[in-house]
Amino acid sequence: MEKTKLSMYQLYKDMLDNYLQSKSEHALYAAQQFSKEMMEKDMSPEEMVSLHMSVFQEMVPDLPEEVVDSFDLLLEVMIGYGLAYREHQSLRDRQQQLESELNVAAEMQQTLLPDEHIDAKGIDFGVISVPAGKMSGDYYHYIQDEHGCIGVAVADVIGKGVPAAMCMSMIKYAMESIPEQRLQPAALLESLNRVVERNIDSNMFITMVYGSYDPRDHRFYYAGAGHEPGFYYSASKDTFEELTTKGLVLGLSQKVTYEEYVKDVQPGDFFVLLSDGVTECRTEEDFIEREQITEMIRKYQHLPAQDIVNRVYRELEKMQDFQLRDDFTLLILKRDV
Amino acid sequence: MQVQTHVDIHSEWGIVAARQAGRKLAREIGFGSVDQARVTTAISELARNIYLYANKGQIHIEEATSSGKRGIKIIATDEGPGIKDVRRVMEDGYTTSGGLGAGLPGVKRLMDEFKIDSEPDEGTTITTVKWLR
Repeated sequence: MEKTKLSMYQLYKDMLDNYLQSKSEHALYAAQQFSKEMMEKDMSPEEMVSLHMSVFQEMVPDLPEEVVDSFDLLLEVMIGYGLAYREHQSLRDRQQQLESELNVAAEMQQTLLPDEHIDAKGIDFGVISVPAGKMSGDYYHYIQDEHGCIGVAVADVIGKGVPAAMCMSMIKYAMESIPEQRLQPAALLESLNRVVERNIDSNMFITMVYGSYDPRDHRFYYAGAGHEPGFYYSASKDTFEELTTKGLVLGLSQKVTYEEYVKDVQPGDFFVLLSDGVTECRTEEDFIEREQITEMIRKYQHLPAQDIVNRVYRELEKMQDFQLRDDFTLLILKRDV
Repeated sequence: MQVQTHVDIHSEWGIVAARQAGRKLAREIGFGSVDQARVTTAISELARNIYLYANKGQIHIEEATSSGKRGIKIIATDEGPGIKDVRRVMEDGYTTSGGLGAGLPGVKRLMDEFKIDSEPDEGTTITTVKWLR
């Protein structure tokens, strides 16, 4: 330490000497570089002032007393700046620590989502889910039972960030605790609603849509709990239809019944489930219309389901300058031709 | 013989007197001008806390020695309302007066040792030391 102090002293002296003689921009540039080095060495502003004063006094021994004394005042003022500087450093360290904790939590959250591949004949499936921040309040789920039936779900916790993410992990465990009804959408939402109502704060809500496809009779059953309506694409009519559902959001009331709907699925038909992060995408001027989303899907519908969701996401991301305002989840389940 | 000074704090004059006494002793012990200013700022912050939150109290300043080291010890005592959440006031970025960097975390940073005892409704004692290097 003493040694670096000494070399700093010498370095600063040479620099100051050089500047006083040349008054050159070059010497000033050297001073700017020097300040970076000083900050790396944790040199505080008050130490810098003191260094300047002692170097200066050595170079100009008979300074007027007022000049020397004036530095006492400057030093006193700099102590406050030094404290603010140190506080800033420690807050930055703490931010880094929080950030890395958040990264670990976000990784853990990823493991809550299903990652096995849906491998069913005649079924094409794709999903994308991207959090607005590090952690997501969206949840999606898919499962295939022993009869080849496929259950799909998208849930959205109102709010975002860490509280929403914690809530979302509860949904995952709640769904696992009621597996026997998993392919009966209305009954599943009813059980889930009871769990959510008992376990989360009264000011948190979860919306959810659950659908179940039976490949034996090609029917799609679905029910929703206050969730953003999805779409049903009919290949024969070449139209998109809203998957409107009636049903209260999860967690609001203890006893809620949900209505179950059914659609006959023809080859080429597909279902789109999404979170409101998709429809609430905003460009600089405006919200995105739901028709714009179906238009985008139509543009890519010749592609495999996973490619469709990826491309729609990329397009929407670009439209809003790569800044997501809400968690984004888009899922497509298609009966292949 | 060890030098000791007591300063009663019940006005801003007391804060200035405590600063003065602290700077004088720091100089006598042999602290350089930067450390003198640091010790003085620490005393200032402690005395202001007494003045602002407890109305009155004392700053006690003395020379400290420990296994060959010399330093300055400052003890701030008051019988004010005490600090309800010590952890909270020791957090960076937490301040009731809106200042940057100051407060008790600032004092802790300026000094080498820092100890705080506080009981709600009984008062607060803060003991802090800076060693000569």
